[in-house]
Amino acid sequence: MSPRAASRLETLGFEQVCDYVAGKADWGSAGLPLDGANGSETRAGPYVRTGVPTCWPAERLHDVCDKLDESGWDTCFVVDDHRVVLGRLGRSAIRGRVDVSAEEAMTPGPSTIRPSARLEAIVERMHRQKLSNLPVTTSDGRLVGLLTLRDAEHSLQQLGG
Amino acid sequence: MPTQIERDEVQRLLADEQAQLIEVLPHAEYEDEHLPGAINIPLKELGRGSIDQLERARRVIVYCYDSQ
Repeated sequence: MSPRAASRLETLGFEQVCDYVAGKADWGSAGLPLDGANGSETRAGPYVRTGVPTCWPAERLHDVCDKLDESGWDTCFVVDDHRVVLGRLGRSAIRGRVDVSAEEAMTPGPSTIRPSARLEAIVERMHRQKLSNLPVTTSDGRLVGLLTLRDAEHSLQQLGG
Repeated sequence: MPTQIERDEVQRLLADEQAQLIEVLPHAEYEDEHLPGAINIPLKELGRGSIDQLERARRVIVYCYDSQ
């Protein structure tokens, strides 16, 4: 639709017309704000916990354990140089396997959601799939943080949902 | 020929050139969610009457939901 609108504007005499082809789906999935009745406050983005620990694929698990102990988190995401999520480590995966790398121990390709995902739909999914949290990534796979079921439900209640 | 741009360029043009941002989806979809600062001129209403609110000297960026 936007290419037709851009062409129409040119025929109406506008000389500097740009077409943001990827549109608001792209904008929202990058974690950028949206206004409106179902704007950002009804989406995952504002409620994501961003301090979740990360590690490199080659890091040894005893170092990852230290990170978790210091941070107070019980999960760690294995990321590449661009912060793209490669896998996830929980305490159960780490326990007793301190001599291997994060890449060897991780659960690869964890399911993720975008910052623009609607809270109602996420809560319903988490209950259905018995999940207590979900990693949030941008559309190009970069880690934003973790959304917990508790935070999502609390936010929905605050919104009157 | 309109220039196709990506998210980074949208942000730059909004910040540096105060580009005019137009959502061309129907009103209900705009009311549901839109980019901050965007105005709504649905494609079906895009004509000589509806463009009076635009400045011709300033760049215009149009968008809809996605590329589909």
